[in-house]
This record gives sequence, structure tokens and C-alpha cells, in this order.
Amino acid sequence: MSGSRRIPVEEVRHIAELAHIELTKEEEMIFAEQFNRILEYFSMIDEADTEDVPPTFHVLDLVNVYREDEVYESVKGNEPLRNAPKKEGRFFKSPRIV
Amino acid sequence: MEEFSLSRIYEMTAAELPDKVRNQEISAQEYLHSILERIGYVDEKVHAYVTIAREEAVAGAREIDEKARRGEKLGPLAGVVVAVKDNICTKGIRTTCSSRMLENFVPPYDATVIERLKASDAIIIGKTNMDEFAMGSTTETSYFGATRNPWNLDKVPGGSSGGSAAAVIAEEATVALGSDTGGSIRCPASYCSDVGLKPTYGLVSRYGLISYANSLEQIGPITRTVRDCALLLSVISGHDSRDSTSLRIPRKNYLKYLIGDIKGLRIGLPKEFFGEGVEEDVKEPVLEAVGKLEELGASCYEASIPAMRYVLPAYYIIAMSEASSNLARYDGLRYGYRDENDEGNFDEVFSRNRRIGFGAEVRRRIILGTYALSAGYFEQYYLKALKIRTLIRRDFERVFKDADVVIGPTMPLLPFNIGERIDDPLKLYMCDILTVPANLTGYPALSVPSGFRRGLPVGMQIIGKPFDEGTLLRVAYTFEQNTRYNEFRPPL
Repeated sequence: MSGSRRIPVEEVRHIAELAHIELTKEEEMIFAEQFNRILEYFSMIDEADTEDVPPTFHVLDLVNVYREDEVYESVKGNEPLRNAPKKEGRFFKSPRIV
Repeated sequence: MEEFSLSRIYEMTAAELPDKVRNQEISAQEYLHSILERIGYVDEKVHAYVTIAREEAVAGAREIDEKARRGEKLGPLAGVVVAVKDNICTKGIRTTCSSRMLENFVPPYDATVIERLKASDAIIIGKTNMDEFAMGSTTETSYFGATRNPWNLDKVPGGSSGGSAAAVIAEEATVALGSDTGGSIRCPASYCSDVGLKPTYGLVSRYGLISYANSLEQIGPITRTVRDCALLLSVISGHDSRDSTSLRIPRKNYLKYLIGDIKGLRIGLPKEFFGEGVEEDVKEPVLEAVGKLEELGASCYEASIPAMRYVLPAYYIIAMSEASSNLARYDGLRYGYRDENDEGNFDEVFSRNRRIGFGAEVRRRIILGTYALSAGYFEQYYLKALKIRTLIRRDFERVFKDADVVIGPTMPLLPFNIGERIDDPLKLYMCDILTVPANLTGYPALSVPSGFRRGLPVGMQIIGKPFDEGTLLRVAYTFEQNTRYNEFRPPL
């Protein structure tokens, strides 16, 4: 199963693209080697018998938690822009979209 | 109580200080300056802090002294100096997650735990070093450089809350806050000889904690004594409507559990916690500690958690998957690292910012998490890991039918050398084997100093039933009062 399958460098590059992380050529090679070792280790979970076992997404049995919709003071003036690395006037400056 | 010479008042605990500040025997300013002086003397060696908020702290201490002078009521932590892990938001004080990505990020708001500390008249002295985005067990992946173990400066302090744990035992703060996703409070507490508690999931608000793996993590205390741990937990715990996973349960004063009596306590010892891969130097002192607890009236029996075999891969798959989602927000647009070079389209700029802003381990986990969640692998990795999470819960539920607490070592190894494991991610992940079960199950777990081997601290881990922090504190307190390992200090 997964233990015998190796992830090629092209697939590492593809996943990194999906995750929006640029990798250098050298990093692609290093990551591919490390990923294969890590995933081989992860594949030991294949042998666990989980038939009819439901997944635990979350440890608390909470559903639909609501709170009162109260009005709080919000961040004012130029405060929201304070951490913006690039801005113009009262706007965040985005890179080219298309 | 012993007298403190003026120059060494930084040694005081959170349980001792507030009354003295109230009675104006010691001023909050005097105490703060003693700690600042201590930081000036030792932090060059230890490197526990990323940021010292000297001005804010001095202003806070002055205000507390004025309140005391006017005879106003002071909170339960009056004058207590708190070091805060740098992934917990502090209004006006930069919060970096020890990452280049957030090097200049100044939060516009306080985390709920910070609001509660301030309302208790505690003083935030600064932000402590950590593994980048809490991903690590050694504090070596910090963009700002490694923290060193105060007991031996060549060794790692544990992680990811290594700065908080080192600051506390080096007496660079009275107490500290850490966060624990897979052991990040307990591991450094064990390696630095502190008391460290990961509360039950849902007991402490995560509002303002910068997310890494949100279904696993909790904020908790790192202290020198069990009493301080109970005191700090009493302040920070309790429902918060801004965290939808915070439970509506009445607030407690955990100090009431500090009675030195464990007669009739039933301890489960899972054989997997003392098995292969756990060093003799760790096993021995922990078994001695268990012997001490038996002497004090507890009874032990051997238990088994068969799913321990799968606990580590299951944990890492879940943590990485959640990380890939939680860290998707860092695009360098509204905040965070933005490269000078804006060439290319949005995706290209975004991907470049994330390559330069994130360190190697963070990128590794985001990419692997993306892989585990991607079509075709979701069931094989993520869903399977969640099913194993159920198996582990069932194992623990079964053990807790007969046991009040489960005990084992906190870490399988003594603190190792800086640089020794960092180049091999898998070897590093193995260190978390004994701490991750409490995160996967959500159960509370505490590490308490239980001796030394080769001059390095060993921590005993006590795991409890959900929301039974009281029993953990009672056991740890009884042990501490009968052994006094908490009185040792590193030779700095």
C-alpha cells in the first residue's frame, strides 16, 4: 500500500503549489526524500483495525454553539492598517491579481 | 517564611508575593526591577525572551503600587511577573510566533488569558522564545535562535514553549504561560524542572492563541511550584464566549485541591510508557517517584494502552492537516512578511512570501498536511488518523474505569544536545510519543519535577480524567511536598 509508493519530486512540487509555498530546486529534492521517510513511517497506521470505528474530529461533544450578538467596540481609524506591510492611503496594497 | 534579601527578591513565588505587595512590604516596582536585573544577568546565556516589554511592565508595576498605597483592592496575582509564550496575542506588544512571518506583528487586542492576567494585577514582562509556530520539541526552530537549557547550556530546553520553561526555572519571571499541542508545555517543563500543566481541552480559552492545530491545543501554566500552577490556572480558566470550544462550567479555585493526602489513590501504569525507546535514566526516577506515591498511600497496577503503537503517526497526521488549514491565512497582505519583490501574479507573490516568511519545519508540515487532506489521500491518512484517535480515547476510558490517574515519564529521553536531532525530522517527532496521547484525547496532563540524572531534570507525567485537574494538582502537590525537587535551581 502506501508504504511501497514513493512520492516523486514532481508531486512534491504540485502539493507545494497547492499549499502556496514556493520551493527551490534543492528544497524539492530534500523535501521529497524526507516526505518519503515520514510517509513510510505514517503508513504503519494502515495495519490498525478501524472497521466500524467512527472518527473523532473533536473531543468535545459540542454542537451549534451560539452566543448573544452583542455589539463591541471595533478596531478604529488606521489601526487595521498598522500591520500592513504595503498600503496606499486607507487601503491594503495587493499584488496584481490577474 | 524565610526572609528575602532585597537583591534576591526575584526568587519569590506567585503564592508569596501578592500579600507582600498588598501590605506594601515589597513594592511591585522593586520586585519587577529585581527580575529585570536578573534577566540582564542570565538571559544572554539562556535566551529565553524574544521581546522584553520593559516600559509597559514598569508602568503596570507603578500602577499596582499606587493602588496599594490608596488601599484599593488588589487582584490575586498582584505584582506577579508573567512571561508569555510568543504565540499568545498581547495588545501593543509584538507577537512573533518566533517566525520571520510575524517578526513585526503587533496585535490590536489581548488574548482572553492576557485580559484575565491583567485583571488579576499581574504584570506581563515579555514574550518568550518558542519553536516557530509551536512546531517542535526543542525551541531550535525559532527564527530568533535557540533557547538553551539553564541546567546545561549545551542542551535543549525542550519545546515548543522552551523560552517560557527556561525563563521560569532561571527566575527570569515568577511564572509563565505556554501552549501545548502535542506536549509543548510538558516537554520543556520536564527538561527544565518546572511544573507544567496542559488543561483539559475546553477549560482555558484559546481566543488570541495563534492557531497551529486547533483541535489539540490548550494554553496552560509553567511554574516552579504546584501551588503557583494551581493559582495561575484559577485565574486563566473558565468560559469565554469568544472561543466556541470553551466549555460552560463553573470557575474553580484550584488551591483547594492542595492537600497533602493521596491515600486510596489508584494509579494506572501503562506498560507502553515504560517500554521500548524509553531511556533507563528516565524510567528509574519515575518508577522511584511512583514508589514514593505508594509509600504515601496510593496503589498501582499495570495497565495497557494498545493503541499507543499508532499514537505518533495519528497525532502528526492530524496536527499537520490542521496546520495546513490554519496557516493558510499568512499571505503577507494585511500583516506578516511581504517581500520587496512584488513581481508576478497574486499566487506567485503569495508563494514567495510564504517561502521566505516560514522556516523549513513549518513549510514541511504545511505541505505534508496539504498532502494528507488532498483528494485520494484523505481517507488513507486523515480519516484513518481520526479513527485511531477514537481507539486511543477508548483505551484511556477503559484504564480510567479502574484508575484515578495514569502515570509515566513525560519524555522518553533526557535533554539532548542542541543540534543533535534537528536535521532528522522523524527522529525529533519520536520525542513526543508520551505527550501526544493527552492532546488526542483532550485529557489534562501535568509534568512535575521528579529528580535528576547526569545533572539533568526528569519529569513525571500525571494524566487525569477530563476536567479533573484538581486530582492532578493534589497528586503533584503531595509528591512535591514529600520530595522537594522543586527547590533545586540551575547553576547560572
